[in-house]
Amino acid sequence: MWDHEIRAMASSHAIIAASMLMATVIPAVALPGFSVYGTHLLWLYLVSGAVTAVSVAVFWLLGITPPTKKHTLGYKLSRFFRSCVYFFLSCLFFHTVVVLYGAPLIVSALETFSLAVLLTSLTTLRCLCVLGPNVQAWIRVFSRHGAMSVWDTCLQITVACTLVGAWVGAFPIPLDWDRPWQVWPVSCSLGALFGYLSGLVAAPAWIHYHRKQLIYKCK
Amino acid sequence: MKGLPVLSLLLWMCAVYFVGIYIFVGGFLLVRLEVNRTSTCGDVLEPRDESVDFCRAQPRFRRVVLLIIDALKIDFARFDPNNTAPRPYENKLPVLEKTVSSKPLQSRLYPFRADPPTTTMQRIKGFTTGSLPTFVDVGNNFASSAILEDNLIHQLGQAGKRVVFMGDDTWESLFPKKFYRSLPFPSFNVKDLHTVDDGILRHLYTTMVGDDWDVLVAHFLGVDHCGHRFGPDHPAMAEKLTQMDGVIRSVIDRLQNDTLLVVMGDHGMTDTGDHGGESVKETDAAIFLYSPSPVFPGPPSPNELDVVPQTDLVPTLALLLGIPIPYSSVGQVLLPLFPSHKQPEGAVARLSQLEALWINAKQVNRFLETYSGMAKDIPPESLSRLKDEFAHLSSEYLTAVREGRSPSPQLTSSLQAYLTSVRDTCRSTWARFSPLKMAAGLVILAFACLMCFLLSELSLLLIRENGAGLKAPLVVALTAGVSIAAAQLLTQGYIDMVWCLAAGAFSSEILFFWRVRRLSTPTVLKNGTKGPKSSSWLTPGCLLVPSLLVPLLRCASLLSDSYVIAEGRVVTFLVFSLALYIPVHLNWDGLLLPPSHDPLKSAGLLPSPALSPSAVRKESGTLLACLGLLVGSLYLSLSFHSCREEQGSCQPSPFLSPLSRLQDSQMKNLHYILSVISLSLWTYLLRRCLCHYGNLNSTSGTVFTARWILPLLSVCLGLHWAVSATPEDSFRNLAELIRLAQLALPRAAFCLLGLGLCLIWLDPLTVFVKTRAAASARSSSLPPARYRASTGMSPQAELHHLIPQIYQRMRRSLDDGELSRDSEVDNRPAVEAYGLGTVYSAPVLLFCGLLGIGLLLLHPEGMALSFLLLMLEMGALLHIHASSTTLSSLHGAYSGGFNVPWTPVVLWALAATQFFHATGHLPTFPSIQWSAAFVGFPDGHTGTTLPASLVTLNTFASHILFAVGCPLLLFWPLVREVRGSRGRACGDEEEDAVMEMRLRENPQQFSSALLQLSTRYLFIHGAQVFASVCAAAILRRHLMVWKVFAPKLMFEASGFLVSSVFLLIGVTLVLRVDVAVGRWFKRLIPDTSR
Repeated sequence: MWDHEIRAMASSHAIIAASMLMATVIPAVALPGFSVYGTHLLWLYLVSGAVTAVSVAVFWLLGITPPTKKHTLGYKLSRFFRSCVYFFLSCLFFHTVVVLYGAPLIVSALETFSLAVLLTSLTTLRCLCVLGPNVQAWIRVFSRHGAMSVWDTCLQITVACTLVGAWVGAFPIPLDWDRPWQVWPVSCSLGALFGYLSGLVAAPAWIHYHRKQLIYKCK
Repeated sequence: MKGLPVLSLLLWMCAVYFVGIYIFVGGFLLVRLEVNRTSTCGDVLEPRDESVDFCRAQPRFRRVVLLIIDALKIDFARFDPNNTAPRPYENKLPVLEKTVSSKPLQSRLYPFRADPPTTTMQRIKGFTTGSLPTFVDVGNNFASSAILEDNLIHQLGQAGKRVVFMGDDTWESLFPKKFYRSLPFPSFNVKDLHTVDDGILRHLYTTMVGDDWDVLVAHFLGVDHCGHRFGPDHPAMAEKLTQMDGVIRSVIDRLQNDTLLVVMGDHGMTDTGDHGGESVKETDAAIFLYSPSPVFPGPPSPNELDVVPQTDLVPTLALLLGIPIPYSSVGQVLLPLFPSHKQPEGAVARLSQLEALWINAKQVNRFLETYSGMAKDIPPESLSRLKDEFAHLSSEYLTAVREGRSPSPQLTSSLQAYLTSVRDTCRSTWARFSPLKMAAGLVILAFACLMCFLLSELSLLLIRENGAGLKAPLVVALTAGVSIAAAQLLTQGYIDMVWCLAAGAFSSEILFFWRVRRLSTPTVLKNGTKGPKSSSWLTPGCLLVPSLLVPLLRCASLLSDSYVIAEGRVVTFLVFSLALYIPVHLNWDGLLLPPSHDPLKSAGLLPSPALSPSAVRKESGTLLACLGLLVGSLYLSLSFHSCREEQGSCQPSPFLSPLSRLQDSQMKNLHYILSVISLSLWTYLLRRCLCHYGNLNSTSGTVFTARWILPLLSVCLGLHWAVSATPEDSFRNLAELIRLAQLALPRAAFCLLGLGLCLIWLDPLTVFVKTRAAASARSSSLPPARYRASTGMSPQAELHHLIPQIYQRMRRSLDDGELSRDSEVDNRPAVEAYGLGTVYSAPVLLFCGLLGIGLLLLHPEGMALSFLLLMLEMGALLHIHASSTTLSSLHGAYSGGFNVPWTPVVLWALAATQFFHATGHLPTFPSIQWSAAFVGFPDGHTGTTLPASLVTLNTFASHILFAVGCPLLLFWPLVREVRGSRGRACGDEEEDAVMEMRLRENPQQFSSALLQLSTRYLFIHGAQVFASVCAAAILRRHLMVWKVFAPKLMFEASGFLVSSVFLLIGVTLVLRVDVAVGRWFKRLIPDTSR
């Protein structure tokens, strides 16, 4: 069951993970003065950009994106436009949540916003790719019986891992170790990225081991 | 309901916790033995001429003037001529700097480092005895008792010196009858800047001119009081310091050649003017030494000592005045005051540096020997090392002196090194722990936590057993305690209470576990469904649900000093996380959205529960709105935090300073208006809530309180703020009136508060009964015969029959106007009782609200905003809890019973800690708001109980409010139940309108739920206490233990104490209401059946 999907999922995840790695390694080699801690904002935007581009490409190629009802160019354009708006709104949402969690409001707003962009590109973008710009569907997916395909389950796992990772990433901030990775928002971004990576690994593995139990209602 | 088992189980639970805390703290906090021996002239002899009495020799100075300016920080004493725009406390003492630069041979200014705790009494003790204070002494500041150890004043008296004292009356209580002449002035009133200083100035100069004194001690308090009242950065401080500058000038002018002047501060102050802790700002005072004749060998050299420890004053003054160094001093002499070589030509026999050091070292060594004979707390290896070092130095010195050659200059530095190492050893070992007691306390606390957890899981079982789990443990505890006491009496001859208590607590815990085991085993065998439930709660997977993971993280965070320092933010973070988890979890269970979105469910795949999508949507909307409110108040509460000294770039909240300190009148007005608005909102919301549920209609005491006392109290509070914020110099002709108002308004508020709380306690029912004689005679649906028939039944059963009849529409308030619209003639009950649906929650709510205003009285005015946030957060938490319960029950997942799940209880308990920080408190001693003790008592107190309890109430205000309001968590889902079902078209409305009367229908479940709720709340707090106890035990040699962990432990333990007491009060109030409701029913039945 689901063997084909699991294989596709594993390979797409490998590609996404590789792109994240590349976004870190290539600038480190090519750009002088680039380092993960030193120029963390640039690094964050590079990783977000890479993940965004590769995910969109991969999911489009795989054809996961829900089929559109109409095939007119106008409809597609409006859909694309809505997706962009949702992406931006999600950035604002994450920014608000992070500020409410205790991030400085004004002093390092840019850092906070780049963390929000990273979180959006790791979570909301995937929702956009898998479910389309449909908030009702997003809310529906994150319930026990809400997943309707292997991809939905995968989405649940990666999003949860990313958010938990970012949450855990906030833990070392108050410690007085004076390490470069404790600087806001490096630890949270690292947490989110590690969470996402582990989600990328965990999702196909979990689905593979539970493939017998998984029953989906047809859409 | 069974009130007694619940209360007694809770009491026992708390008692076990208290015993554990008491035992641990007894072993953890340090005790230093006082050596009650005194030095005499005979025992500090120089080696050469052993026959000469030390005291007979001509001393270096005949007289000393000791000017102590309380809280004279080193920053105040320094003068920077380049500073063109000095702050109010800068550059105000130019005389010191001028003298030092113009007369370098006669004067010096040093930083003067005090040892913590930097409270005035400890400091006086420290710089007269020369010993190091211990942590336990902190609490003694309110009632100082006489010093029994050998001290400077005692030695001066022995040597026949006439000591004249004037100033702070703490000295009089520390040294009763030791002074030749004494002029004490009252020190307790912190707001009084001038009484002590003016009193001193009336007598200082006349005394100095006269000749009947040898040592003059004058202790000025104005600077310290100014710091407490206005902070250092205030014009009043500039005024005060300028006055002190004048005093020092005049004293210098009147000095004679044989007199030494010492001007010193006993401690510093923080930027807010407080002291007591161990930050550099608090410990670094200033010391200024001056003599009209040259005393220093040369101008200050750069390699001279840069900081003078406070203990060093004692041996220095003693040797300069020619008296023995007090027995238990561990200070070392100030070398610059002694000539570096023996000066034979002088008529005055001066001690050289080496001689002074040797006398000092000999005295310290003697003290060390005596002390190590009395107590075994100094580690033997360091003791023997010190002894060897002294023997070596002593022999070297003695041979050098005997041979008549001058000893090597290295000897001076090695003697100094010896003295420093003695001091350091003493300082480190007077952190003496008793590991056995600590371990016993830890074990008892750990078992108490486990017991609390078991109790909360098995509350229903235990209540069914009618509290049988209690009697036997109590008996066993008593037996164990008494037997241990007897054994001690037999073997040792005295009783150590600690071990009796420990044995009692421990044995009762063990017996409880045994009984629980027996209690749960038969259930498993009898009842298959119960079986897995009672055995599954200890699996690790079950403990890792977020609602328990969050308290676990919270406890883990107490083990790291960084997290304790950032505690306010850490707790807010955790509360926020758990609050976000609620809707996510509900959504995961598919309860947040109406399932009608899913076409399959309505088609019959799932059993369709009785609910309408609109009801679900409404509840979810309420839930999310309340979540928004909660999150908002969480975020805003962050702006009321105070700052620890460890937090570098941190600005304390502007709302923390009292209005009288603000200088900008615009800001003052703004703050005042904000505070009054929040106060009136607090009152309005409380009344609105009571009114909404129809609790304001009857004529009972509680309603009277809500109608009249509550608004009156807030008016009192608002006026009090206005009066206390008026500047002193304005309204001169009204000064008398203002003083009266300052006294009368808070006292009136206290009286009103007491009256209100008493009324609630005495007459807690808020039910308004409206009998309709005509209707009952007319209506056929309510046969009076039924009541008559039922008179033969037991009262309990009668109540059961009566309840559904009465509560069909009781919750409608009179002023809602709904009544006339909805009342159907044919279905009208004989009795309409308004507010019966919230009969339990209304008194608790009102109690909580009144108490909140009372506690607000003890806080700075700006905290009114924070209190409003506290109330909003409480309301939001209650609504979230109610909505999530309703959502689960609407979907049929409701399990029955009134059990409160872990998540709201955890949120409730963590919110108490969160608002502890958000009301400007910190778990450090300097941040205690002492000014709370003077609210309503501007002239100070005579006893210590009242101020101590006022300060406790101020410090743990949020703990108190959340503990008293804890039972609301049980009631709120029932209160809100009606609203959820109102959306329902029709059907079983009668059943749903019962609200809190459900509790009376199920007294057993009510008791068990109440017990469970309270034990869960206690468990969360108890686990935090346990974690901080663990932190203190594990990290007892950590660098930060006295700065972070020990104060945290004390605050956590006191917070637990206060919380448990007020939780018991809340639970008792609920039981009291229950009794009253029972009586009310009894009264009602004859009425209606007549």
